[in-house]
This record gives sequence, C-alpha cells and structure tokens, in this order.
Amino acid sequence: MTTTSEGSVGAVAPQCAHFSEPLALRSGSVLPAYDLVYETYGTLNAAKSNAVLVCHALSGSHHIAGHYADKPKSTGWWDNLVGPGKPLDTDKFFVVGVNNLGGCFGTTGPASTNPATGKPWGASFPFVTVEDWVDSQARLADQLGIDAWAAVIGGSLGGMQALAWTLRYPERVRHGMVIAAAPKLSTENIAFNEVARQAILTDPEFHGGDFYQYGVVPTRGLRLARMIGHITYLSDDAMAQKFGRKLRHGEQKYHYDVEFEIESYLNYQGDKFAGFFDANTYLLTTKALDYFDPAYEYGGDLKAALARAQAKFFLASFTTDWRFSPARSRELVFALLHNQRDVSYAEIASSAGHDSFLLADPHYHAAMRAYFQNIEV
Amino acid sequence: MVKTGQQDRHDYDVIAGWVGEGSRVLDLGCGDGGLLQHLAATRHTLGYGVERDSNHVTACIRNHINVLQIDLEQGLAGFEDGQFDYVIMSLSLQAVHNTEGILSEMLRVGHEAVVSFPNFGYWRHRMAINEGHMPVSDSLPHQWYNTPNVRFFTMADFEQLCENRDIQVLERAAFDEERRIDIDPNNYASVALYRLGRVSR
Repeated sequence: MTTTSEGSVGAVAPQCAHFSEPLALRSGSVLPAYDLVYETYGTLNAAKSNAVLVCHALSGSHHIAGHYADKPKSTGWWDNLVGPGKPLDTDKFFVVGVNNLGGCFGTTGPASTNPATGKPWGASFPFVTVEDWVDSQARLADQLGIDAWAAVIGGSLGGMQALAWTLRYPERVRHGMVIAAAPKLSTENIAFNEVARQAILTDPEFHGGDFYQYGVVPTRGLRLARMIGHITYLSDDAMAQKFGRKLRHGEQKYHYDVEFEIESYLNYQGDKFAGFFDANTYLLTTKALDYFDPAYEYGGDLKAALARAQAKFFLASFTTDWRFSPARSRELVFALLHNQRDVSYAEIASSAGHDSFLLADPHYHAAMRAYFQNIEV
Repeated sequence: MVKTGQQDRHDYDVIAGWVGEGSRVLDLGCGDGGLLQHLAATRHTLGYGVERDSNHVTACIRNHINVLQIDLEQGLAGFEDGQFDYVIMSLSLQAVHNTEGILSEMLRVGHEAVVSFPNFGYWRHRMAINEGHMPVSDSLPHQWYNTPNVRFFTMADFEQLCENRDIQVLERAAFDEERRIDIDPNNYASVALYRLGRVSR
C-alpha cells in the first residue's frame, strides 16, 4: 500500500522485550535482568536496512507516533515527524521507539519490583547513563535482527543518545541525527537540574526514594521540578508572546493564587506531570544528563572523542534555544568536521526555545525530510 | 546569495581546473551546492558548504552536499587553521559586509582561497553610470533597491586590496559572458575569478 499524503500511523500498541542477561552499568552496578517497552511503526524490510531508532528526551517515552486504540487523544510525542508521508516516512522506514532504562512507562525502572526483595527498587535502582541506555537498546536491536540502524535520531537528551550510539557502536549506525543537543551540559544546565532534584529530594513525601511503600507521591517536588524545567524549555520571547503579563482576573488581587497567565500555565504543567511521572526516574534522568560527556575520557578533547564515529551526521539547533543553544551544536559540528565526517547542520530560526525541536517549523521539517529521503535502505 | 545558472558554468569549470584532485574544499555561500557537486564529480573533492538561507540548506541536503547553516558575517570562527586546501567564495564576496575580514579568514582556514565576483568596472556598467543609472546586467541582475550586494568594487580595486593586505594573486581569469578576457579585463570582463594565497616572507 502506498500513501501519497501525510497521515498518521493510526492505532498502535506497545510491545515488551525481556532481557535475562545481566547488564553491566557504567556506575559499576549490574542490572540482573530488565524489560524494555517499545513501539514500532512501518515494516522492517527483508534486508533489515530500513530501521530508524528514535530516542526520547527527559519526559518522553516509546510512544512516538499514532495513538492507543482506547485513547484517541494519546497522540505520540513526535507524531508530526513520524508517519506515512511525513519527514520520517513510515512507508519507507521501520521506526522504533524505546522507553529508556530507569523509565516509568513500562521499561524496568525504580517503580518496578526488584526480584531480589519483592519490593519496588525505589532508591536502590542503579544509576543509569546515556551509554547504558545505548547498550540496552543494542540488545533490542539484536533481538529485532537489526545489525545497523539506517539512522538513530533524537532531540535534547535523545540527541545525546543518538550521538552516544555513533560512538559506542560506530559500525551499527549509518546516520546520526542529533537535534537540539549538546556534547555535554553546561554548568548552568547542571544548576537547573540540581534545583529540580532538590525540589524532589526535599519533599517530605519522597521518603528517600521509597515512597511507593507509603502509598504517596512526592507531588510537590515533581511539580516544582517540572515548572523549572518548563521555564528553561521556552524562550523569553515565546513566554512573553504566549502569556505576556495577562491577569486572570483582569486586576491585581493581592493574593498568592494564580493571577498571571504564566503562573496558570506552569501550575497546570506541574500538576499534569506529577500525575504520571515517577520522581526517581526524574532524578536518574537528570543525573544521566549531567554525567553525559563523551570527551571526559579524552581529557576534555571532543575532537578526539568523536574520532571513533563512522556515521554521517545531521544536526539541527534553534536560535532561541538557550538550554541547548546553537553554539553547543556548533561545537559538535566543528568536532565532526575536524574528523572529516560527512555532516550537515541546520540552524533554524525559531521563537519557541528548546521546545522548538518538537514543533513542525517548515524549514526544520523540510531539512529533515530531505535528509531522510537521501538515506538509502 | 544569488547566482544565475549562466555564469555558474564557466565559473565552475575554471574553479575545477584550479582545485587539486581529492582536495578538501569549503564553499562559502554555496547556494544549492551546485559547485560542490561539480567539484565532487570532476575532482573527487571532500566538500562542505556554508549557507545562510534555509531553502538553500535544504536544497544542498537534497543534492547530497554537506552544508552548514552559518552566517558568514560571524566570520569563520570554529574552523581550524589550514583545515581546507581551498576555501571558495563564488559570486558572493560582494554580498558580504566584512570583505577584508572574510578574505583573511579564508586564507586562515584554507591554504588557498578562490573568489569570483561581478566586476563593477565592466564597460557596460560604466556606461550605465554614464547614462545616469546603476548597472543592471547578467552579472548584476538586481535593481539598486533590492540587490543583495553590499560592496561595489572593480577588479582593480580588488587587486589593490590584495596588495595592501599581503594577499598574493596566484591565478586570475576574467570573462565576458562565456568569453575569456585577457586584455584590459577591468574594462572588458563582467566576472572575475582569482586564486589567492598568502604572501610568503
């Protein structure tokens, strides 16, 4: 069947892969066994040469495109990119989304039962890094019979994973697509993460990470963490444009309930997030972000760190993204150039800050579409 | 950066003749990547383009050309000294404000530089001015009020700048349409190409 216009992948269902071989983690810990929840869209061709791995960011999941049959509004987080006739065209590619290890959407994580104790892992769940995620995903690729990905793509933390894939398994990635990412977090990035973590860690209902057995959730901490996060995902301009100084009641009320529209937005986002996201997953994931630094083992020399890569690269950044600014992407571009890798880089004019990578800016999607169209399968 | 297909053909051939086989090439203001495609096909170069315009960036990607979306007014910060054998700027030099800066950057990043530009000293252009109007021609297709060009100079002006800045002219080619002009090119050529190096001391 061929589709000529853009469409949705339609109703989708997650799958679960079990891995009983222990996974040695970067921290020195060993995860005895684990499950990865994943979704696939499109059809794996006979040569198994058309598989694209999409890596998710901090709060994302394996649910990239389409919706669940019983929840028509459960649209995947990168549905504008992935589908028949879309830039990442599921008529051509077999697209795989995986919930990262330590996650809270079905993949083994802190809320899962530790087989050794019969209780949730909680605070005892081992630290996982971007490299550990890549290793766990490599086993899924093995299971699916995929020797090499046509492309590994991700935005933000997902972009770091895509980069890590090209370094950890150079021969298994033909195209690395690193969007709105950075070779490592800036000091300021880590500072924001630490404030978010402290919000969670100091919530009395966090109980040192073992809140599950008390039947509570550190809602206040999660809300604050998410509110801080959202401020950094937007730009000053985008915020001003979207919310301005608009007052909900049309006048100043001299109270601490929601007055300005931006307060309403942040509270809404915080509440929503605290309702479904796991506090330990948030902590682990921000630490994975902080630790990510492929140049660390090369004395800080990013050029030396990227010498291993064999993939061709596409990078994109967004002009108003101050969380992962264009300058950070350019660091990667020039380090790849130093290594004479094939690389194209789009610096997209956008007002929406870091969140831009999830939006369907016409230039951004046109560049991605062109790049995907040229990938041979 | 604006180019017309007519000029590109002989422009491309001359540059291909100057560029060594298998060399590393950076093309500034690379448009849709046509020159880099030509050089890859004829000289097997490892090429990268720099382009500011988003539609051109997408066109380059479509044409299998490595392209970096960077504004040249920022210079070539990030590129390493001597990273390329040739840094090329084809029919774009006149559209960059910081002419001196970009020339010196080109010769920092490249062992040699190749530039081409429309010659404002071309006799038809002089005639237009004599008749009271800014020139509009094949090589200067825009009106004064919508031109992307921001620097207006002749071959003589350019060569004087090179001399003042210790830039050595290694080779020169000048054209009127597709006809090679060797005598008094500053008067008879509409487009000029130069291969440049640093003056060795």
